[in-house]
Amino acid sequence: MTTIEPAKAEHDTARQSALPSQRSTATRGTRIIGIVAVVALGWLVAFGLGFSPADRDQDESVRILYVHVPTIWLAYLAFVVTAVSSAMYLFSKKKSLGWDRAAGASAEIGVTFVAVTLAVGAMWGRLTWGVFWQWDARLTTTALLFVTYIGYLAVRRLGGSHEQRAKRSAVLGMIAVVEIPLVHFSVKMWRSLHQEATVANLDGDTKMDGLMLFSLFVGVIAFTLLYVWLMLHRTRSMAMEDLLEERGLDEALAVRRAEAAETATAATSAPPTATMKTGSDS
Amino acid sequence: MITVACLIAAKDLRVERRSKIVTNQVLPFAGITMVSFAFALDKQNVLDTVAPGLVWLATMFSLLVIVQRTFAIETDDGALDAMRVAGVDPRAIFVGKAMALGFQLLVLEAMLFGAAVIFYGESIPSNNAFGSVVLLVTTMLSATCGLAAVGTLYGGLAAGFKGSETLLPLLTLPAVAPVLIGATKAVESAVGTSGAVVSEGWQWVGLLTLFAVAAVVGGALAFGPLIDD
Repeated sequence: MTTIEPAKAEHDTARQSALPSQRSTATRGTRIIGIVAVVALGWLVAFGLGFSPADRDQDESVRILYVHVPTIWLAYLAFVVTAVSSAMYLFSKKKSLGWDRAAGASAEIGVTFVAVTLAVGAMWGRLTWGVFWQWDARLTTTALLFVTYIGYLAVRRLGGSHEQRAKRSAVLGMIAVVEIPLVHFSVKMWRSLHQEATVANLDGDTKMDGLMLFSLFVGVIAFTLLYVWLMLHRTRSMAMEDLLEERGLDEALAVRRAEAAETATAATSAPPTATMKTGSDS
Repeated sequence: MITVACLIAAKDLRVERRSKIVTNQVLPFAGITMVSFAFALDKQNVLDTVAPGLVWLATMFSLLVIVQRTFAIETDDGALDAMRVAGVDPRAIFVGKAMALGFQLLVLEAMLFGAAVIFYGESIPSNNAFGSVVLLVTTMLSATCGLAAVGTLYGGLAAGFKGSETLLPLLTLPAVAPVLIGATKAVESAVGTSGAVVSEGWQWVGLLTLFAVAAVVGGALAFGPLIDD
Protein backbone atom coordinates (compact mmCIF):
# COMPACT_ATOMS: atom_id res chain seq x y z
CA MET A 1 0.00 0.00 0.00
CA THR A 2 2.31 2.76 1.22
CA THR A 3 5.94 2.69 0.18
CA ILE A 4 8.78 4.94 1.26
CA GLU A 5 12.22 5.50 -0.16
CA PRO A 6 14.65 5.85 2.70
CA ALA A 7 16.67 9.05 2.51
CA LYS A 8 20.29 8.68 1.49
CA ALA A 9 21.95 8.32 4.83
CA GLU A 10 25.65 9.02 4.99
CA HIS A 11 25.63 8.78 8.76
CA ASP A 12 23.84 5.49 9.10
CA THR A 13 23.36 4.05 12.53
CA ALA A 14 23.38 0.28 12.95
CA ARG A 15 19.56 0.33 13.18
CA GLN A 16 19.17 2.28 9.97
CA SER A 17 21.62 0.22 7.96
CA ALA A 18 19.64 -2.88 8.90
CA LEU A 19 16.63 -1.55 6.97
CA PRO A 20 15.85 -2.94 3.51
CA SER A 21 16.21 -0.45 0.66
CA GLN A 22 12.46 -0.22 0.15
CA ARG A 23 9.65 -1.00 2.59
CA SER A 24 5.96 -1.56 2.08
CA THR A 25 3.08 -1.99 4.50
CA ALA A 26 1.77 -4.90 2.45
CA THR A 27 2.63 -8.55 3.03
CA ARG A 28 1.26 -11.74 1.56
CA GLY A 29 -1.12 -12.02 4.52
CA THR A 30 -2.53 -8.48 4.17
CA ARG A 31 -3.01 -8.99 0.43
CA ILE A 32 -5.06 -12.12 1.09
CA ILE A 33 -7.12 -10.32 3.77
CA GLY A 34 -7.60 -7.38 1.39
CA ILE A 35 -8.87 -9.62 -1.43
CA VAL A 36 -11.20 -11.51 0.95
CA ALA A 37 -12.50 -8.14 2.29
CA VAL A 38 -13.27 -6.94 -1.25
CA VAL A 39 -15.08 -10.23 -2.00
CA ALA A 40 -17.05 -9.93 1.27
CA LEU A 41 -18.01 -6.32 0.45
CA GLY A 42 -19.22 -7.52 -2.98
CA TRP A 43 -21.17 -10.24 -1.20
CA LEU A 44 -22.71 -7.57 1.07
CA VAL A 45 -23.75 -5.49 -1.97
CA ALA A 46 -25.38 -8.59 -3.51
CA PHE A 47 -27.27 -9.51 -0.35
CA GLY A 48 -27.98 -5.96 0.84
CA LEU A 49 -29.21 -4.57 -2.46
CA GLY A 50 -30.34 -7.74 -4.22
CA PHE A 51 -31.32 -10.88 -2.34
CA SER A 52 -32.69 -9.46 0.92
CA PRO A 53 -36.34 -8.33 0.89
CA ALA A 54 -37.67 -4.80 1.44
CA ASP A 55 -39.10 -4.13 4.91
CA ARG A 56 -42.85 -4.01 5.58
CA ASP A 57 -42.60 -0.62 7.35
CA GLN A 58 -39.29 0.88 6.23
CA ASP A 59 -39.53 -0.33 2.62
CA GLU A 60 -36.23 -0.12 0.66
CA SER A 61 -34.55 2.19 3.22
CA VAL A 62 -33.96 -0.87 5.44
CA ARG A 63 -30.98 -1.69 3.17
CA ILE A 64 -29.08 1.27 4.66
CA LEU A 65 -28.98 -0.63 7.95
CA TYR A 66 -26.65 -3.29 6.48
CA VAL A 67 -23.96 -0.58 6.52
CA HIS A 68 -25.23 1.53 9.44
CA VAL A 69 -25.28 -1.26 12.05
CA PRO A 70 -21.99 -3.08 11.20
CA THR A 71 -20.02 0.19 11.03
CA ILE A 72 -21.11 1.30 14.51
CA TRP A 73 -20.42 -2.18 15.95
CA LEU A 74 -16.97 -2.12 14.40
CA ALA A 75 -16.45 1.43 15.68
CA TYR A 76 -17.27 0.22 19.23
CA LEU A 77 -14.82 -2.65 18.72
CA ALA A 78 -12.18 -0.23 17.39
CA PHE A 79 -12.52 2.03 20.45
CA VAL A 80 -12.37 -0.96 22.80
CA VAL A 81 -9.17 -2.07 21.00
CA THR A 82 -7.85 1.49 21.50
CA ALA A 83 -8.62 1.29 25.24
CA VAL A 84 -7.10 -2.19 25.66
CA SER A 85 -3.97 -1.24 23.69
CA SER A 86 -3.70 1.96 25.76
CA ALA A 87 -3.94 -0.09 28.97
CA MET A 88 -1.33 -2.51 27.65
CA TYR A 89 1.02 0.39 26.92
CA LEU A 90 0.49 2.06 30.31
CA PHE A 91 0.62 -1.03 32.51
CA SER A 92 3.10 -3.30 30.70
CA LYS A 93 6.72 -3.18 31.84
CA LYS A 94 8.15 -3.07 28.32
CA LYS A 95 6.11 0.04 27.27
CA SER A 96 6.21 -1.02 23.63
CA LEU A 97 5.25 1.75 21.19
CA GLY A 98 3.57 -0.96 19.11
CA TRP A 99 0.63 -0.84 21.56
CA ASP A 100 0.45 2.94 21.16
CA ARG A 101 0.40 2.68 17.38
CA ALA A 102 -2.29 -0.02 17.52
CA ALA A 103 -4.38 2.29 19.77
CA GLY A 104 -3.94 5.24 17.41
CA ALA A 105 -4.65 3.24 14.24
CA SER A 106 -7.75 1.66 15.77
CA ALA A 107 -9.09 5.06 16.89
CA GLU A 108 -8.58 6.50 13.39
CA ILE A 109 -10.53 3.64 11.83
CA GLY A 110 -13.19 3.87 14.55
CA VAL A 111 -13.69 7.60 13.88
CA THR A 112 -14.05 6.87 10.15
CA PHE A 113 -16.63 4.15 10.86
CA VAL A 114 -18.63 6.44 13.21
CA ALA A 115 -18.60 9.10 10.47
CA VAL A 116 -20.02 6.49 8.04
CA THR A 117 -22.64 5.46 10.64
CA LEU A 118 -23.72 9.08 11.17
CA ALA A 119 -23.80 9.83 7.43
CA VAL A 120 -25.86 6.79 6.41
CA GLY A 121 -27.99 7.16 9.56
CA ALA A 122 -28.84 10.72 8.50
CA MET A 123 -29.91 9.39 5.07
CA TRP A 124 -32.07 6.73 6.74
CA GLY A 125 -33.53 9.39 9.05
CA ARG A 126 -34.47 11.59 6.09
CA LEU A 127 -36.30 8.66 4.46
CA THR A 128 -37.99 7.30 7.60
CA TRP A 129 -38.41 10.23 10.02
CA GLY A 130 -38.47 12.96 7.34
CA VAL A 131 -35.42 14.81 8.79
CA PHE A 132 -31.66 14.27 8.59
CA TRP A 133 -31.05 14.86 12.30
CA GLN A 134 -33.09 14.71 15.49
CA TRP A 135 -31.85 15.88 18.90
CA ASP A 136 -32.38 12.42 20.23
CA ALA A 137 -30.38 10.64 22.95
CA ARG A 138 -28.77 8.00 20.71
CA LEU A 139 -27.85 10.47 17.98
CA THR A 140 -26.53 13.03 20.44
CA THR A 141 -24.42 10.53 22.39
CA THR A 142 -23.02 9.09 19.12
CA ALA A 143 -22.09 12.59 17.97
CA LEU A 144 -20.38 13.12 21.35
CA LEU A 145 -18.45 9.87 20.91
CA PHE A 146 -17.33 11.06 17.46
CA VAL A 147 -16.12 14.44 18.78
CA THR A 148 -14.40 12.82 21.78
CA TYR A 149 -12.30 10.58 19.54
CA ILE A 150 -11.51 13.49 17.21
CA GLY A 151 -10.13 15.12 20.38
CA TYR A 152 -8.16 11.93 21.09
CA LEU A 153 -6.63 12.08 17.60
CA ALA A 154 -5.82 15.78 18.11
CA VAL A 155 -3.99 14.91 21.35
CA ARG A 156 -1.91 12.35 19.46
CA ARG A 157 -0.70 15.20 17.24
CA LEU A 158 0.27 17.54 20.10
CA GLY A 159 3.96 16.99 19.54
CA GLY A 160 6.79 15.91 21.81
CA SER A 161 8.52 12.54 21.86
CA HIS A 162 6.82 9.30 20.84
CA GLU A 163 6.77 8.21 24.48
CA GLN A 164 5.06 11.47 25.53
CA ARG A 165 2.46 10.99 22.79
CA ALA A 166 1.92 7.38 23.86
CA LYS A 167 1.41 8.17 27.53
CA ARG A 168 -0.92 11.16 27.01
CA SER A 169 -3.10 9.43 24.46
CA ALA A 170 -3.20 6.16 26.44
CA VAL A 171 -4.77 7.95 29.42
CA LEU A 172 -7.30 9.64 27.16
CA GLY A 173 -8.05 6.42 25.27
CA MET A 174 -8.97 4.70 28.52
CA ILE A 175 -11.20 7.57 29.67
CA ALA A 176 -13.04 7.98 26.35
CA VAL A 177 -14.16 4.33 26.10
CA VAL A 178 -16.55 4.89 29.05
CA GLU A 179 -18.88 6.66 26.60
CA ILE A 180 -19.66 3.47 24.65
CA PRO A 181 -22.12 1.94 27.19
CA LEU A 182 -23.71 5.38 27.47
CA VAL A 183 -24.29 5.45 23.68
CA HIS A 184 -25.52 1.86 23.47
CA PHE A 185 -27.94 2.04 26.39
CA SER A 186 -29.04 5.66 25.77
CA VAL A 187 -32.11 4.39 23.91
CA LYS A 188 -33.28 2.59 27.04
CA MET A 189 -32.15 5.27 29.52
CA TRP A 190 -33.90 8.18 27.82
CA ARG A 191 -36.68 6.36 25.88
CA SER A 192 -35.16 7.63 22.64
CA LEU A 193 -36.75 8.09 19.22
CA HIS A 194 -34.06 5.76 17.83
CA GLN A 195 -35.31 2.17 18.04
CA GLU A 196 -33.91 -0.19 20.65
CA ALA A 197 -31.33 -2.85 19.76
CA THR A 198 -32.86 -5.58 17.58
CA VAL A 199 -29.93 -7.99 17.63
CA ALA A 200 -27.59 -6.89 20.44
CA ASN A 201 -30.30 -6.69 23.11
CA LEU A 202 -30.19 -8.14 26.58
CA ASP A 203 -33.26 -10.40 26.29
CA GLY A 204 -31.55 -12.54 23.61
CA ASP A 205 -34.58 -12.45 21.29
CA THR A 206 -33.74 -11.36 17.74
CA LYS A 207 -36.82 -9.86 16.11
CA MET A 208 -35.71 -9.97 12.47
CA ASP A 209 -36.39 -11.79 9.19
CA GLY A 210 -33.89 -14.60 8.50
CA LEU A 211 -32.50 -13.26 5.21
CA MET A 212 -32.25 -9.74 6.61
CA LEU A 213 -30.36 -11.07 9.62
CA PHE A 214 -28.04 -12.99 7.28
CA SER A 215 -27.39 -9.84 5.20
CA LEU A 216 -26.53 -8.02 8.42
CA PHE A 217 -24.19 -10.88 9.31
CA VAL A 218 -22.51 -10.54 5.90
CA GLY A 219 -22.11 -6.82 6.61
CA VAL A 220 -20.43 -7.54 9.95
CA ILE A 221 -18.03 -10.04 8.31
CA ALA A 222 -17.17 -7.63 5.46
CA PHE A 223 -16.54 -4.64 7.73
CA THR A 224 -14.57 -6.77 10.22
CA LEU A 225 -12.24 -7.88 7.43
CA LEU A 226 -11.95 -4.27 6.26
CA TYR A 227 -11.10 -3.20 9.83
CA VAL A 228 -8.39 -5.87 10.17
CA TRP A 229 -6.90 -4.97 6.78
CA LEU A 230 -6.87 -1.23 7.58
CA MET A 231 -5.43 -1.89 11.06
CA LEU A 232 -2.50 -3.90 9.69
CA HIS A 233 -1.64 -1.28 7.08
CA ARG A 234 -2.12 1.70 9.38
CA THR A 235 -0.06 0.34 12.28
CA ARG A 236 2.75 -0.47 9.83
CA SER A 237 2.60 2.93 8.16
CA MET A 238 2.61 4.56 11.62
CA ALA A 239 5.72 2.56 12.53
CA MET A 240 7.33 3.86 9.34
CA GLU A 241 6.30 7.45 10.12
CA ASP A 242 7.87 7.12 13.58
CA LEU A 243 11.02 5.67 12.06
CA LEU A 244 11.17 8.45 9.49
CA GLU A 245 10.86 11.09 12.24
CA GLU A 246 13.63 9.45 14.25
CA ARG A 247 15.82 9.12 11.18
CA GLY A 248 15.19 12.76 10.29
CA LEU A 249 16.31 13.75 13.79
CA ASP A 250 19.38 11.50 13.61
CA GLU A 251 20.33 12.96 10.25
CA ALA A 252 19.83 16.53 11.43
CA LEU A 253 22.03 15.79 14.44
CA ALA A 254 24.70 14.23 12.23
CA VAL A 255 24.69 17.26 9.91
CA ARG A 256 25.01 19.65 12.88
CA ARG A 257 27.85 17.53 14.31
CA ALA A 258 29.62 17.56 10.93
CA GLU A 259 29.21 21.37 10.77
CA ALA A 260 30.56 21.67 14.31
CA ALA A 261 33.53 19.46 13.41
CA GLU A 262 34.28 21.63 10.33
CA THR A 263 34.08 24.80 12.42
CA ALA A 264 36.40 23.27 14.99
CA THR A 265 38.91 22.29 12.28
CA ALA A 266 38.78 25.80 10.83
CA ALA A 267 39.23 27.27 14.28
CA THR A 268 42.31 25.18 15.00
CA SER A 269 43.97 26.26 11.73
CA ALA A 270 42.87 29.94 12.01
CA PRO A 271 44.77 31.20 15.12
CA PRO A 272 48.35 31.05 13.70
CA THR A 273 47.27 33.10 10.65
CA ALA A 274 45.52 35.59 12.90
CA THR A 275 48.54 35.78 15.16
CA MET A 276 50.88 36.33 12.22
CA LYS A 277 48.57 38.99 10.85
CA THR A 278 48.34 40.65 14.24
CA GLY A 279 52.09 40.36 14.55
CA SER A 280 52.75 42.00 11.18
CA ASP A 281 50.27 44.77 12.01
CA SER A 282 51.97 45.55 15.24
CA MET B 1 -1.71 15.03 50.37
CA ILE B 2 -4.70 17.08 51.58
CA THR B 3 -2.41 19.67 53.19
CA VAL B 4 -0.41 20.07 49.97
CA ALA B 5 -3.66 20.26 47.95
CA CYS B 6 -4.97 23.00 50.26
CA LEU B 7 -1.67 24.90 49.93
CA ILE B 8 -1.87 24.72 46.12
CA ALA B 9 -5.52 25.81 46.16
CA ALA B 10 -4.68 28.72 48.49
CA LYS B 11 -1.75 29.68 46.24
CA ASP B 12 -3.97 29.70 43.14
CA LEU B 13 -6.65 31.75 44.85
CA ARG B 14 -4.02 34.18 46.18
CA VAL B 15 -2.66 34.63 42.65
CA GLU B 16 -6.20 35.32 41.43
CA ARG B 17 -6.93 37.75 44.25
CA ARG B 18 -3.82 39.73 43.40
CA SER B 19 -4.12 39.62 39.60
CA LYS B 20 -7.95 40.04 39.62
CA ILE B 21 -8.16 38.38 36.18
CA VAL B 22 -11.29 36.44 37.10
CA THR B 23 -13.11 39.40 38.60
CA ASN B 24 -12.00 41.93 35.99
CA GLN B 25 -12.17 39.75 32.86
CA VAL B 26 -13.90 36.38 33.28
CA LEU B 27 -16.95 37.58 35.23
CA PRO B 28 -17.64 40.43 32.76
CA PHE B 29 -17.17 37.90 29.91
CA ALA B 30 -19.78 35.59 31.48
CA GLY B 31 -22.10 38.58 31.96
CA ILE B 32 -21.80 39.70 28.35
CA THR B 33 -22.43 36.09 27.23
CA MET B 34 -25.75 36.13 29.15
CA VAL B 35 -26.70 39.47 27.58
CA SER B 36 -25.72 38.18 24.12
CA PHE B 37 -28.01 35.16 24.56
CA ALA B 38 -30.84 37.58 25.36
CA PHE B 39 -30.05 39.63 22.23
CA ALA B 40 -30.00 36.48 20.08
CA LEU B 41 -33.20 34.93 21.42
CA ASP B 42 -35.05 38.22 22.03
CA LYS B 43 -38.35 36.76 23.26
CA GLN B 44 -39.30 36.65 26.95
CA ASN B 45 -41.23 33.36 26.68
CA VAL B 46 -38.27 31.69 24.93
CA LEU B 47 -35.84 33.05 27.54
CA ASP B 48 -38.05 31.77 30.38
CA THR B 49 -37.86 28.27 28.92
CA VAL B 50 -34.16 28.15 28.07
CA ALA B 51 -32.69 30.23 30.94
CA PRO B 52 -31.34 27.23 32.99
CA GLY B 53 -29.53 25.89 29.93
CA LEU B 54 -28.08 29.31 29.09
CA VAL B 55 -26.72 29.71 32.62
CA TRP B 56 -24.83 26.42 32.34
CA LEU B 57 -23.71 27.14 28.80
CA ALA B 58 -22.23 30.46 29.97
CA THR B 59 -20.58 28.53 32.84
CA MET B 60 -18.97 26.08 30.36
CA PHE B 61 -17.57 28.89 28.21
CA SER B 62 -16.20 30.65 31.28
CA LEU B 63 -14.77 27.35 32.55
CA LEU B 64 -12.59 27.17 29.44
CA VAL B 65 -11.29 30.68 30.02
CA ILE B 66 -10.54 30.03 33.71
CA VAL B 67 -8.82 26.69 32.99
CA GLN B 68 -6.60 28.34 30.36
CA ARG B 69 -5.73 30.99 32.91
CA THR B 70 -5.09 28.62 35.81
CA PHE B 71 -2.61 26.56 33.78
CA ALA B 72 -1.02 29.54 32.04
CA ILE B 73 0.22 30.78 35.43
CA GLU B 74 1.84 27.38 36.03
CA THR B 75 3.45 26.81 32.63
CA ASP B 76 4.73 30.37 32.01
CA ASP B 77 7.45 29.98 34.62
CA GLY B 78 7.69 26.19 34.51
CA ALA B 79 6.03 26.01 37.92
CA LEU B 80 4.26 22.72 37.14
CA ASP B 81 7.60 21.07 36.29
CA ALA B 82 9.17 22.64 39.37
CA MET B 83 6.45 21.16 41.58
CA ARG B 84 6.98 17.72 40.03
CA VAL B 85 10.76 17.98 40.43
CA ALA B 86 10.22 19.02 44.05
CA GLY B 87 8.42 15.71 44.54
CA VAL B 88 4.90 17.08 44.99
CA ASP B 89 2.30 14.32 44.63
CA PRO B 90 0.51 14.83 41.26
CA ARG B 91 -2.79 13.87 42.94
CA ALA B 92 -2.29 16.76 45.36
CA ILE B 93 -1.62 19.13 42.45
CA PHE B 94 -4.80 17.89 40.75
CA VAL B 95 -6.99 18.17 43.84
CA GLY B 96 -5.52 21.56 44.79
CA LYS B 97 -6.00 23.09 41.38
CA ALA B 98 -9.49 21.57 41.07
CA MET B 99 -10.45 23.03 44.48
CA ALA B 100 -9.32 26.52 43.45
CA LEU B 101 -11.07 26.17 40.09
CA GLY B 102 -14.23 24.90 41.80
CA PHE B 103 -14.30 27.87 44.17
CA GLN B 104 -13.99 30.32 41.27
CA LEU B 105 -16.71 28.46 39.37
CA LEU B 106 -19.09 28.64 42.35
CA VAL B 107 -18.65 32.41 42.52
CA LEU B 108 -19.23 32.61 38.78
CA GLU B 109 -22.38 30.43 38.93
CA ALA B 110 -23.84 32.52 41.76
CA MET B 111 -23.31 35.62 39.63
CA LEU B 112 -24.83 33.96 36.56
CA PHE B 113 -27.94 32.88 38.48
CA GLY B 114 -28.23 36.47 39.71
CA ALA B 115 -27.95 37.62 36.08
CA ALA B 116 -30.68 35.12 35.07
CA VAL B 117 -32.98 36.58 37.73
CA ILE B 118 -32.32 40.12 36.54
CA PHE B 119 -32.12 39.66 32.75
CA TYR B 120 -34.34 36.63 32.14
CA GLY B 121 -36.88 37.12 34.95
CA GLU B 122 -36.16 33.72 36.58
CA SER B 123 -37.51 33.17 40.10
CA ILE B 124 -37.79 30.47 42.78
CA PRO B 125 -41.38 29.09 42.94
CA SER B 126 -43.04 30.33 46.15
CA ASN B 127 -44.97 27.08 46.85
CA ASN B 128 -41.81 25.05 47.64
CA ALA B 129 -39.11 27.69 48.01
CA PHE B 130 -36.99 25.74 50.54
CA GLY B 131 -36.95 22.55 48.43
CA SER B 132 -36.07 24.55 45.32
CA VAL B 133 -33.17 26.35 47.00
CA VAL B 134 -31.77 23.08 48.43
CA LEU B 135 -32.00 21.46 44.97
CA LEU B 136 -30.39 24.48 43.32
CA VAL B 137 -27.47 24.62 45.78
CA THR B 138 -26.88 20.83 45.64
CA THR B 139 -26.95 20.93 41.84
CA MET B 140 -24.42 23.76 41.78
CA LEU B 141 -22.07 21.92 44.16
CA SER B 142 -22.27 18.56 42.33
CA ALA B 143 -21.96 20.10 38.86
CA THR B 144 -19.06 22.31 39.98
CA CYS B 145 -17.09 19.30 41.31
CA GLY B 146 -17.48 17.51 37.96
CA LEU B 147 -16.62 20.60 35.90
CA ALA B 148 -13.59 21.46 38.03
CA ALA B 149 -12.23 17.90 37.86
CA VAL B 150 -12.64 17.56 34.07
CA GLY B 151 -11.34 21.10 33.48
CA THR B 152 -8.24 20.48 35.60
CA LEU B 153 -7.51 17.14 33.95
CA TYR B 154 -7.71 18.43 30.38
CA GLY B 155 -6.12 21.77 31.30
CA GLY B 156 -3.11 19.84 32.61
CA LEU B 157 -3.04 17.69 29.49
CA ALA B 158 -3.10 20.60 27.04
CA ALA B 159 -0.91 22.97 29.12
CA GLY B 160 2.29 24.15 27.53
CA PHE B 161 1.65 22.75 24.06
CA LYS B 162 1.17 24.63 20.83
CA GLY B 163 -2.53 24.84 20.00
CA SER B 164 -3.66 24.13 23.57
CA GLU B 165 -6.12 27.06 23.36
CA THR B 166 -8.05 25.31 20.61
CA LEU B 167 -7.53 21.78 21.89
CA LEU B 168 -8.98 22.48 25.34
CA PRO B 169 -12.57 23.22 24.15
CA LEU B 170 -12.47 20.21 21.80
CA LEU B 171 -11.57 17.90 24.69
CA THR B 172 -13.54 19.53 27.49
CA LEU B 173 -16.93 20.33 25.95
CA PRO B 174 -17.84 16.73 24.92
CA ALA B 175 -16.59 15.44 28.29
CA VAL B 176 -18.73 17.86 30.31
CA ALA B 177 -21.85 17.36 28.16
CA PRO B 178 -23.43 15.08 30.82
CA VAL B 179 -23.04 17.95 33.34
CA LEU B 180 -24.66 20.39 30.92
CA ILE B 181 -27.64 18.04 30.42
CA GLY B 182 -28.02 16.99 34.07
CA ALA B 183 -27.50 20.42 35.62
CA THR B 184 -29.90 22.07 33.17
CA LYS B 185 -32.63 19.50 33.92
CA ALA B 186 -32.10 19.83 37.68
CA VAL B 187 -32.25 23.64 37.59
CA GLU B 188 -35.37 23.48 35.42
CA SER B 189 -36.97 21.45 38.21
CA ALA B 190 -35.73 23.89 40.87
CA VAL B 191 -37.14 26.98 39.15
CA GLY B 192 -40.23 25.20 37.79
CA THR B 193 -39.55 25.66 34.06
CA SER B 194 -42.49 24.35 31.96
CA GLY B 195 -44.24 22.99 35.05
CA ALA B 196 -41.28 20.81 36.22
CA VAL B 197 -41.41 19.90 39.92
CA VAL B 198 -38.59 19.73 42.47
CA SER B 199 -38.83 15.95 42.98
CA GLU B 200 -37.96 15.35 39.29
CA GLY B 201 -34.66 17.18 39.72
CA TRP B 202 -33.07 14.84 42.27
CA GLN B 203 -32.46 12.00 39.80
CA TRP B 204 -30.35 14.44 37.75
CA VAL B 205 -28.45 15.45 40.89
CA GLY B 206 -27.73 11.72 41.30
CA LEU B 207 -26.25 11.63 37.79
CA LEU B 208 -24.22 14.79 38.48
CA THR B 209 -22.86 13.33 41.73
CA LEU B 210 -21.92 10.08 40.02
CA PHE B 211 -20.16 12.04 37.27
CA ALA B 212 -18.36 14.21 39.84
CA VAL B 213 -17.10 11.18 41.82
CA ALA B 214 -15.92 9.44 38.61
CA ALA B 215 -14.25 12.63 37.34
CA VAL B 216 -12.46 13.37 40.64
CA VAL B 217 -11.24 9.78 41.16
CA GLY B 218 -10.37 9.24 37.46
CA GLY B 219 -8.74 12.66 37.23
CA ALA B 220 -6.62 12.15 40.35
CA LEU B 221 -5.35 8.83 38.98
CA ALA B 222 -4.78 10.05 35.41
CA PHE B 223 -3.24 13.44 36.18
CA GLY B 224 0.15 12.02 37.21
CA PRO B 225 0.88 10.15 33.94
CA LEU B 226 -0.43 13.11 31.93
CA ILE B 227 1.92 15.76 33.33
CA ASP B 228 4.82 13.43 34.12
CA ASP B 229 6.67 13.77 30.80
